[in-house]
Amino acid sequence: MEISSIHNSIDLIKEKKISILELNQYFISKIKKNKNLNAFIHFDEENIYQQIKSLENSKTNNRLYGMPIAIKDLFCTRNMPTTAGSKILSKFNPPYESFVTNQLINQGSILIGKTNLDEFAMGSSTTTSFFGNTINPKSNNISLVPGGSSGGSAAAVSANLCLGATGTDTGGSIRQPASFCGVIGIKPTYGLCSRWGIIAFASSLDQAGIFANNVKDTAILIKEIAGYDKNDSTSVNIKIPDYYKNLNKDLNGKTIGIPIEYKIPGISDEINNMWEKAIKVFEKGGAKIKEISLPHTKYALPVYYIIAPAEASSNLARYDGVRYGFRSKNDSSLDEMYELTRSEGFGKEVKRRILIGTYVLSAGYYEAYYIKAQKVRNLISKDFKNAFEQCDFIVTPSTPSSAFPIGEKEDDPISMYINDIFTVPASLAGIPGISIPFGKTKDNLPLGLQILSNHFTEQTILDAAYYLESIHE
Amino acid sequence: MKIDKNTTIKIAKLSRLKLDNKEIDELSIELSTILDWVEQLNEVDTNNIEPLSNVSSAELPLRKDLEESQNNSENVLSNAPEKLENYFVVPKVVE
Repeated sequence: MEISSIHNSIDLIKEKKISILELNQYFISKIKKNKNLNAFIHFDEENIYQQIKSLENSKTNNRLYGMPIAIKDLFCTRNMPTTAGSKILSKFNPPYESFVTNQLINQGSILIGKTNLDEFAMGSSTTTSFFGNTINPKSNNISLVPGGSSGGSAAAVSANLCLGATGTDTGGSIRQPASFCGVIGIKPTYGLCSRWGIIAFASSLDQAGIFANNVKDTAILIKEIAGYDKNDSTSVNIKIPDYYKNLNKDLNGKTIGIPIEYKIPGISDEINNMWEKAIKVFEKGGAKIKEISLPHTKYALPVYYIIAPAEASSNLARYDGVRYGFRSKNDSSLDEMYELTRSEGFGKEVKRRILIGTYVLSAGYYEAYYIKAQKVRNLISKDFKNAFEQCDFIVTPSTPSSAFPIGEKEDDPISMYINDIFTVPASLAGIPGISIPFGKTKDNLPLGLQILSNHFTEQTILDAAYYLESIHE
Repeated sequence: MKIDKNTTIKIAKLSRLKLDNKEIDELSIELSTILDWVEQLNEVDTNNIEPLSNVSSAELPLRKDLEESQNNSENVLSNAPEKLENYFVVPKVVE
């Protein structure tokens, strides 16, 4: 029997057709058979059995009772090490639990392991991890990247090594790997999920989200990780709807925006054909199609590559070898200890971004780069505001290509950055986005469609994805 | 080139990163390329546009400014690479 969905597993457990021990053993054995994918940085069977035992003793019956969920190794977990994919945190055992993982634990989830990622979530391929790259389970003859930065989580869900996984998305780190691995990935509105206990990359952009195999599971999980938290000053105090119960695939009366600026020269026909086909499918469902304009789209990537490194350089200043993590053994003075610890502890891409960030924040350049980028960010945000006065949601491809071979684009930062061309604008505007598998390349690789809507209208994109999924099945 | 070797050395110092000569050469080129690329933002007219630092459309709640007492010293020190009693240990600063 193949088990691959949360909503079915919840029923199987309720009807006592399977125990939570059997359910988790099923996934433990699959993880062990798929070690070659390197989806997990930390996987400890003993720890899982302990979680199961204490859950069985607790006699609770919460919504996610016994559901095995994989956790991106950027979320602090009290009972598992947390590395951010970096040597500098290779010995870090958080003394506290992140808000999101705490919510999952309170709902009865089993945290089945910590998944691989690009170092400090900086990357689009999961190749910058100190713990080696993850292999995309959908690879044919050549090993392909799973996307990134949440590549381990996307691969784990894609290979059915768990029933769902957490991710974080700063410029596309959930939607892009979801697209590459053929699973669903949702980045909610900035502020819907608390960032407490998520290792910070770019604080004005970082947001937690979910990978799952189907829209129902996505809707269940996203509700459970959302909610107000006094420990995150940008966490928003709103009532979280039951997205799952509210799922509705009726598109009548909905208007879909198609942004003309997303028709970029050089994008493959396969991507454009997939996009056109999806638009037709939505039209068939009763939705009205409208061309819209997001005039500042082409500036989103340059804005992102000023703001994200600037915030990262500030956030990563804390790794100094004094209070936690790795410390260089070769120091002779305090200053040298800082420098050697950081030089030996950080990888190349992280150093590159710290340097860029430090430069654009330094005296004499702050106005010209950082403030300028924040001003253009405002224009990008206004573009979306105007667009949502004309349409209910926006449909675009998730990525400009399908998954690429491991090792490609490594030497050219900008060609790697362009992976996020369709996902970054929504991150800058703080709006929710989902990537749902739609279509395949001629080599049978998955493609993803991105659906975007206005702040705090996660239900809208989940409903649209639910419709698309129902047509596809 | 926007970033010459001396600038790279200066920002590496500010970032507390030690770079070898090969890294300085490579990074000077890479950083210059990235900065040239982001400078396309100068095409955009941003007169009378406010910088956006918080994207949230919702009102962010303020918490009460109340004192909270926690004794976390054991947790706080639990990951220290080197500690002595209740202190973090660093290389000697004063001779």
